[in-house]
Amino acid sequence: MVIEPRGNISRGVQMAIPVIAALVALGLAALPLGFAGAPILEAYKQMFIGVFGSVFSFTEMLTRATPLIFTGLAAALAFKARLWNIGAEGQLYLGAMGAVAVGTGLIDGPAVLMIPLVMIAGAAAGAAGMLGPAILKTRFGADEVVTSLLLNFIILIFVQMMLEGPLKDPMSMGWPQSEPILDNAALPQLIPRMRIHAGLIVALVAAVIAQIALTKTTWGFKIRAVGENAAAARHAGINANRTLLGVACISGALAGLAGVSEVAGLKGYLTTDLSPGYGYSGIVVAMLAGLSPMGVVIAALYVASVFVGADSMSRAMGVSSFLADLVVSMSLISVLVGGFFARYRIRFAGKAGAGR
Amino acid sequence: MDMLQIFLNESFWVASLRIATPLIFGVLGALLCERAGVLNLGIEGIFVVGAMVGWMSVYAGAPLWLGVIAAAAAGGLFGLFHAILTVPLGLSQHVSGLGITLFATSAASFLYRTILPDVSSPPRITAFQPMDVPFLSDIPFLGPVVFQQTALTWLALIMVGVVWWVINRTPLGVALQAVGDNPDAVNAQGLSVYKLRIGAVMAGSALMALGGAFLTMSAFDAFFFGMVNGRGWICIALVIFASWRPGKALLGALLFGMFDAFQVRLQTEAGAVVPSQIFLMAPYVLSIIALVIVARKAEYPRALLHPWFKGHR
Amino acid sequence: MNKPLILTLAGLTKRFGDVIANDAIDLTLHQGEVLALLGENGAGKTTLMNMLFGHYTPDAGYVEIICEDGTPLRLPPGQPQAAIDARIGMVHQHFTLAENLTALDNILLGSESLLSLRRHRRAARAKIEGLMQDSGLIAPLDEKIGALSVGERQRVEILKALFHDARVLVLDEPTAVLTPQEADSLFVSLRKMVDRGLSVIFISHKLHEVLAFSDRIAVLRHGKKVGELTTADADKNQIATLMVGEETALPDREACAVGDPVLELKSVTVRRENTRNSLNDVSLCVRAGEIVGVAGVSGNGQSALAQVISGLERPDRGSIAVAGQVMPAPTPKGMIKAHVGRIPEDRHHDGVVGSMTVAENLIIERLDAPDVQTRGFLRKKRIAQHARELVQAYDVRGPGIDARAALLSGGNIQKLILARVLEQEPLVILANQPTRGLDFGAAGEVARRLMEARKRGAGVVLISEDLDEVLSLADRIVVMHDGQLIEADTRDRAAIGLLMAGQAA
Repeated sequence: MVIEPRGNISRGVQMAIPVIAALVALGLAALPLGFAGAPILEAYKQMFIGVFGSVFSFTEMLTRATPLIFTGLAAALAFKARLWNIGAEGQLYLGAMGAVAVGTGLIDGPAVLMIPLVMIAGAAAGAAGMLGPAILKTRFGADEVVTSLLLNFIILIFVQMMLEGPLKDPMSMGWPQSEPILDNAALPQLIPRMRIHAGLIVALVAAVIAQIALTKTTWGFKIRAVGENAAAARHAGINANRTLLGVACISGALAGLAGVSEVAGLKGYLTTDLSPGYGYSGIVVAMLAGLSPMGVVIAALYVASVFVGADSMSRAMGVSSFLADLVVSMSLISVLVGGFFARYRIRFAGKAGAGR
Repeated sequence: MDMLQIFLNESFWVASLRIATPLIFGVLGALLCERAGVLNLGIEGIFVVGAMVGWMSVYAGAPLWLGVIAAAAAGGLFGLFHAILTVPLGLSQHVSGLGITLFATSAASFLYRTILPDVSSPPRITAFQPMDVPFLSDIPFLGPVVFQQTALTWLALIMVGVVWWVINRTPLGVALQAVGDNPDAVNAQGLSVYKLRIGAVMAGSALMALGGAFLTMSAFDAFFFGMVNGRGWICIALVIFASWRPGKALLGALLFGMFDAFQVRLQTEAGAVVPSQIFLMAPYVLSIIALVIVARKAEYPRALLHPWFKGHR
Repeated sequence: MNKPLILTLAGLTKRFGDVIANDAIDLTLHQGEVLALLGENGAGKTTLMNMLFGHYTPDAGYVEIICEDGTPLRLPPGQPQAAIDARIGMVHQHFTLAENLTALDNILLGSESLLSLRRHRRAARAKIEGLMQDSGLIAPLDEKIGALSVGERQRVEILKALFHDARVLVLDEPTAVLTPQEADSLFVSLRKMVDRGLSVIFISHKLHEVLAFSDRIAVLRHGKKVGELTTADADKNQIATLMVGEETALPDREACAVGDPVLELKSVTVRRENTRNSLNDVSLCVRAGEIVGVAGVSGNGQSALAQVISGLERPDRGSIAVAGQVMPAPTPKGMIKAHVGRIPEDRHHDGVVGSMTVAENLIIERLDAPDVQTRGFLRKKRIAQHARELVQAYDVRGPGIDARAALLSGGNIQKLILARVLEQEPLVILANQPTRGLDFGAAGEVARRLMEARKRGAGVVLISEDLDEVLSLADRIVVMHDGQLIEADTRDRAAIGLLMAGQAA
């Protein structure tokens, strides 16, 4: 068995791979469905209806996609620089805390002031969350995978502590939750009677800006160079450490905005279960997108659809909603494998002496 | 507040060793993978798999040791998956590992939820009981601490010795050390780089799964979602702290166990003044600090994270 | 030949994609004979030996060895174990040693069963010590490879092969990393073993070496065998022509007016773990219009020297000045701005970002320049045009300016780097092993460009393991040994060789 590289692959093939990977993962869902004893076609149908069956469900999917776009962008930009930000989950909560610290009554003002303030506070808090591991990496050589990962746990416990202490809402009848975000600081609804909110617009704008920055600016050039060959980038005069620290801040800020979006746009207040793992799912989104910011938007829609669809199917048919997590994680693995087959082909060689 | 009293209390040491046990398994497992050149970030998920499979086997009626074997086998299987993605295919070890963690965790959770859909509180099994070694268990202090631990703790301690022997005293171990430094050297001597690496990752993953199995079959007797709670990641940090050596791995795990046992007891003493969450954070903070201290000087296996391909690519 | 046949390579062919690395090559080796495989870089010598040893699977042809009892045995392709079992040993150009293990462990690697529960080193140790006596190749057995010098490591590699009772020993460019004296001593040891019945193939691109030490010569060019002759009958010029195809003239070094100092290192010290590859109180002065050749075996401080001049490492002590301006805290960017051009030793690792395009790699050192960006946005059209001009001027061949740099051949990558460096008209050029791995054509191109730069008034620091290259290109020669720089006031190979080994001439 011989593995040989293919030549250049066309754009079309490159873009088809994540789509095929996603379909393969969805198809493989039939196995756990079968194990659970559910009628497979009916299950798929329920998943589809769960997303596309009504305007409400569709906007629900978009609402779910909003934080995923943010965390997907966070992962995509960081990974592009080969900075393994696995801490988006924690940075999301930091962003939410930042929003709550500023937006629940500390200051008041018109929406045109409050909303940007809340976003900036959240973004800054998220940025700090990744800056720490990045500094530990550049100054001490400490692997940022482990530090950003462990920080997630620390931050979550910290949020618990805050919600039982300084941030606690005295009106919440004992539940550990924060005071609600002021109306002036909340991200407005986009469609009446639906949960979809302006956070989606912010996310889309962020994706466009990220795409332009990555492909058309010198900053984006440096990120790509450092990510693909840090030694050559350094040799060429690029300050790799400064680039990494910059990406860390932006990546953390984006994950922080995911938190802002959930707190100031969707839920209205902070609890410890604000995120069902958006930070980790963001990594899958980024990989499915091939680390492209515009691709992140599409991949986020896919992952959100899987979650919303599986939730709905689960309620209708009693199959565990962990199926969604299964499909999403299988998507990650299949896009990884798919990427391999895009770059290499496997030839089963005959005996020595066989030509090509 | 008498902190020294804590050290004199027998139960502190018993707890230390008990808390350290899953970490011993995990660090040994990660050590095997990384010495061979492969980073296995699937460890967190493999812990969950080991916990679930071990427990489920016993719940289904199998004897405890069969459950242990089943857990190890399941771990080995996920290890094989990660190994195939990263060794012959040479895909990103970071992404593959994270994917395995996500996949393993969701698979274990789905399986558990599907087999036991309507339980209000997690069902329990008869877990490993503290051993009662005649005569030795009755030695004051040393007896309860060492000789009344469960069989799985003993297994962990034995594995430290086994892993040490294999790596340092057998030809297989020398080959393993070589493949993590310069796979070309191994290939030039007619050995298979692929087989060595895949084998190491499978064996390491089996050990990792035992760490998880300990949680549901010895420390506790039921499976809860979120029970692994980052132990896998802590092991990844501890491996570096242990310079990839089994002896230091044991030491690191024990120190960690002692620290964790200490902070739990400290909590009961100081709980009124300091919020409990500070203590809960402590293990993770400690891991980060440990990592930062050793990071500069750490001598990573030279070929770690570098895929090796047969022939020309 | 009266000596019996021991090895036959028949019709060996190997293709990589569209490139035919080896085209139906036939080769024979007799017992007790030294066969030299001669050819320039890229001719296919290493590929051929890799097929012999089982690292590559041939697309056509086979390898046949005559066993000790006289029966021929065809080797199953693609299995190093088969070659080892057939008692063929190979010393690769890039050593295949595990640095975290001792020499003894490296030699024993693979010789004991992986299922064994214990190790049996005593008998092996005795055997190796015997081999060291017989061959004269001494190396410390119980030290980790990481602590050994290059020469010692090579000896461990050879002992590895001898330990496995090799009857045929293949050496790939064995003298590339040795001083002239070490090279002589190596061939003396090889002769000793040949007299005891060993058969040797050695690969080289150095004509004089091949003529001095082989019994027969096979010449490869562009993947084909173009000649095979007995060394005694060989004519130097005839072989050179066979190797290269047509006469290539190395550029003449015309006299050149030497100007003010452009690069001055004063008492520079860079501490590394090993004193051998540190820089210890090094002073160097390079003037405009001169090429200073830094000769020496790798691992004697050359990489620290290159790091300092490139701006990648700050000296622990001492100072570095470019065109009279002292650089207090040199960085790569600082060096670039000071008009220091750097051609790195490892072009893939430090020279280019393989997955970025040719055009991008051409501007990577100038991201702030006004013709590359406006207010942070890349000027793509201008960058493309710039790339087209440079690619044409420097004859960089490849799939195009938008192709990934990794797709270019080694020679073309080097031309890309040269283009990037030279278009800035640097005052100082650091050329670190600039022709390593390049065929004659490309190597000549590089040499020509360096000469042009010199004529224009640049000061060039040429670090090279290849003493012949240094002798032909350099105006002045300095030698690095053990982290120290010694001025060589002679052009005699043997004398410089002694300096390289740390002995006064």
